[in-house]
Amino acid sequence: MTAAVTILLPGVLRAEAAGQSRLTVDASGSLRAVLDALAASWPRLDRRLRDERGDLRRYVNIYVDGDDCRRSGGLDTPVPAGAEIQVLPSVAGG
Amino acid sequence: MTVLLAIGTSKGLFLATSDNRVDWQVNGPHFAMTSIYAVGIDRRRATPRLLAGVDSSHFGPSVATSDDLGKTWSEPDHAPVAFPADTDTSLVRVWQLAPGPASEPDVVYAGTQPSALFRSDDGGQTFTLVRALWDHPHRPDWGAGFGGQAIHTILPHPEDPARVLVAMSTGGVYRTSDGGETWSPGNQGIRAGFFPDPYPEFGQCVHKVARDAVDPTRLYAQNHGGVYRSDDEGATWSSIAEGLPSDFGFPVVAHPGRAATLWTFPLAADSDRFPPDHRCRVFRSTDAGASWDALSAGLPTAPFYPTVLRDAMCADDATPAGVYFGSRSGEVWSSRDEGESWVQVAAHLPDVLSVKAAQL
Repeated sequence: MTAAVTILLPGVLRAEAAGQSRLTVDASGSLRAVLDALAASWPRLDRRLRDERGDLRRYVNIYVDGDDCRRSGGLDTPVPAGAEIQVLPSVAGG
Repeated sequence: MTVLLAIGTSKGLFLATSDNRVDWQVNGPHFAMTSIYAVGIDRRRATPRLLAGVDSSHFGPSVATSDDLGKTWSEPDHAPVAFPADTDTSLVRVWQLAPGPASEPDVVYAGTQPSALFRSDDGGQTFTLVRALWDHPHRPDWGAGFGGQAIHTILPHPEDPARVLVAMSTGGVYRTSDGGETWSPGNQGIRAGFFPDPYPEFGQCVHKVARDAVDPTRLYAQNHGGVYRSDDEGATWSSIAEGLPSDFGFPVVAHPGRAATLWTFPLAADSDRFPPDHRCRVFRSTDAGASWDALSAGLPTAPFYPTVLRDAMCADDATPAGVYFGSRSGEVWSSRDEGESWVQVAAHLPDVLSVKAAQL
């Protein structure tokens, strides 16, 4: 059974989602499953977030209901129905 | 005559055009806040196709193309260059984009970090890993230079599509003559002073290789210490460093239409990576490296410290040939007379990583 999950995008990635700042996907289970569902509709957005091995890119941070996924299981982080997932570029670069 | 000069920097791509190769109009940055290590200008089309290796530190690498000379760019939904799942490897960046020979108008090669060669048969939209080189028994022993382990040089043979030469730092030169089915090292005579055996079969830190315009079996190499020429398409190499102020440096560029002419931008030494005597000078040979001339008319006369990286020097295909280079301090110069005199194209850009020029 799937449920709607909201994904919030930073400005720098909105061009990969037709200008939208907020996407809704039907998914359940893990953050990986949510990103897989996202990839089905927005493949170019997904490859900005994950490499071809499926790993989250080093300087991309994803928060599930406010919690950094890297501290809660990475892509195995559970995503409850109705969760809000926020994508933020980390502080990096020169 | 209009010449397009594509300038890849650490924070985006700048495009310069000129009708006289003296006065330049520069626009950009395209792909702001990305590193552009690789630029290709594919002149096998009515309107040249521009290709850019776009590397975002946050959002990863990709390849973008433009069929309107950089006004608009496009990327496929899928990753244009990606390692197959069974390699358990992810692409770090694209270091080189090289159109194939005229007889294969849709073939484009990509050289990547980690060291791999990819081939596109659709003009640069979708690339496939060249398996035989990836599976080469030497690959586990290829090293990684300061810039990473990458194939940074790809030289398709201009007439024989089965022949391709690639080069990588701390790996050396490899060649195929059967369309990529088999690969053999081609480093005999190139010194690797950082190994106990200075003449190994492979592992040399080749910084750049260029192919002679008239004799495709003649190659020129700027090594990590050593400047060399091969007259047998890379089977053996001999030094052409005598007459240069040093044998260290990154770029080497061959004349696009005339035999035996090439340019370099030497640095003093591995341990002293500044231009010799802190002078901004390009060195040119017109006799395949037997002798060299220092060229500096119009270049800065004050002490000069920046590096010119391996892909930050190029020539155009106009007559006489234009020569271009960019520095890590964001300055770009052009010469419309094969290096005799120089004008500044741009200043205060981010570090220049790559340049490519073509007559439109």
